[in-house]
Amino acid sequence: MTELSEQAFGAPAAVPGPPGGRAARRGPGRGRARRALARVPYVVVALYVLVALAGPLLIDYDPVHTPLEDRLLSPGEETASGATAWLGTDGLGRDVLAQIVYGARTSVLIGVCTVGVSCLVGVALGAVAGYARGWVDAVLARVFDVLLAFPAVLLAIVIAGAFQRSVPLVVLALSATAWISFARVTRSVALSVRERAWVDSARVMGVRAPAVLLRHVLPFAVGPVVAMATLEFALVILAEAGLSFLGIGLPPSTVSWGQTIAGGKEYLETAWWISTLPGIALSLLIVNVGILGDQLTARYRSGGLGRRPNRDGSTP
Amino acid sequence: MTTAVREERPGGTGGALLDVRGLRVTFGGRGRRRRGGFVAVDGVDLTVGPEETLGLVGESGSGKTTVARCVAGLIRPDAGGVHFEGRPLGPAGRRGAAQRAVQMVFQDPRSSLNPRLTVASVIGEAWRTHPAAAPEGDREVALRGLLADVGLGPEVADRRAAELSGGQCQRVSIARALAVRPRLLVCDEAVSALDVSVQAQILGLLAGLRRSHRLAMLFITHDLGVVRQIADRVAVMRRGAVVEEGPTDEVLDAPRHEYTRALLDAALDLNGPGPEGEAA
Repeated sequence: MTELSEQAFGAPAAVPGPPGGRAARRGPGRGRARRALARVPYVVVALYVLVALAGPLLIDYDPVHTPLEDRLLSPGEETASGATAWLGTDGLGRDVLAQIVYGARTSVLIGVCTVGVSCLVGVALGAVAGYARGWVDAVLARVFDVLLAFPAVLLAIVIAGAFQRSVPLVVLALSATAWISFARVTRSVALSVRERAWVDSARVMGVRAPAVLLRHVLPFAVGPVVAMATLEFALVILAEAGLSFLGIGLPPSTVSWGQTIAGGKEYLETAWWISTLPGIALSLLIVNVGILGDQLTARYRSGGLGRRPNRDGSTP
Repeated sequence: MTTAVREERPGGTGGALLDVRGLRVTFGGRGRRRRGGFVAVDGVDLTVGPEETLGLVGESGSGKTTVARCVAGLIRPDAGGVHFEGRPLGPAGRRGAAQRAVQMVFQDPRSSLNPRLTVASVIGEAWRTHPAAAPEGDREVALRGLLADVGLGPEVADRRAAELSGGQCQRVSIARALAVRPRLLVCDEAVSALDVSVQAQILGLLAGLRRSHRLAMLFITHDLGVVRQIADRVAVMRRGAVVEEGPTDEVLDAPRHEYTRALLDAALDLNGPGPEGEAA
């Protein structure tokens, strides 16, 4: 699904992507439009975060409260209590707008937690592998490769399906494979940075290995890791929606886009808004986070070793 | 193989500050014995006395940098060992009290300094790692004094490597090494990456520091002119072994080994006709 949507949306909008420099040769007006376009994903993602943080304070929603007299209202209709259902209601009379807003909070929360956990684990293991080299690296690198061969969503389904549904479990199931890309990125940075003379001189000085890693190696992995975190954030949100859609993700007491979409699938012909609107919310977020990740990846492709990108954001 | 030219060597370790014995390093290869690997250093014996400077010369690939990295503890030798004042030196980080006694200055001045750190924090790290060598009282004053020792002004303290010239970077590297009050300074091609005028300044600085800080030095270089300026004794390496060793003047003016003669001829060719050539 990401591949599809990235093909569809990414082509016109992935502005400072790899084939950079093309627009640089065109007029100045093009460059300005390009830079403005490049800021779009930042704005969209910031909007989602704002909605996720502030929305639940403004809109009241209880997933267990089901006013059946309001069921299947189309967008803009008035509910029995006199309020307007701007985006309609679902099969149990619950407001779709509120579900989208609360779902945004869930998605951002799950995304941040999963990326945080897998970032910590991945960076730690990758740094140790790249810095220690020798057999430690050989073993860890093989572990990364083997785990990379597992289909991530399948593994998440197995873990999530085997236990009681809960938020920590979903985070765990999604982290189970997400950490590997962090480990691989960090390992490659650590492998190259540890050859630098400043690392050697710290070792000759007698600085302890953890301090050498923290002060002299890991700061150079920050750029690539942040880029990776952005991409993983998009994938994690999509995977969580997938799990919830299948009914093995979050418990029903938590609002999730995946659940809302699943709940609307039997009304697709009569009440299109129940599945479609959360679906649009989901794909908009994922596409924009994906483009953001691509921009950051392009910027830090050189390994982030103090080399600055060109003015247009691409690297030579 | 060339025992005849090694009359300088004392029999035991008596009086030597650094004693390298039977050093052997192999890169690559398989298993504990490293079969099939490339032998970079093959049975090197060296001594450096207190406050003495030993120049280690040889063409690139002769193994001199590998010897330096063994002495600094960055490479673990396959056989033989490095002794400091009679005690064996382990790998870097596990040298106990001897950790700060041996410090190293590297070839590339820029990558010797972490580009994210200021000069003050580079020196600060050295003092934090070895509180015994840290100055008592005001560290800011001590830092200014240390920078003045290597010919840098106090304004350098807040700068990072990118804001310094190559020569300044190398002075900071030297200051970092001196900050922990070492006994032996290993200089691995420490002036090779600098242009000739800066090279002369850094050599002069090292010669002065050697006296004022009572330093012994192991000075690795391919440049025979540099060796003549700074070394008391010279050891010539070729293909992982020392082929000739002796007082600098003797070795450079009356070389006994044909390889030393070839090195000297090559240096003359480069320096003779044109302006100061950079021996590549």
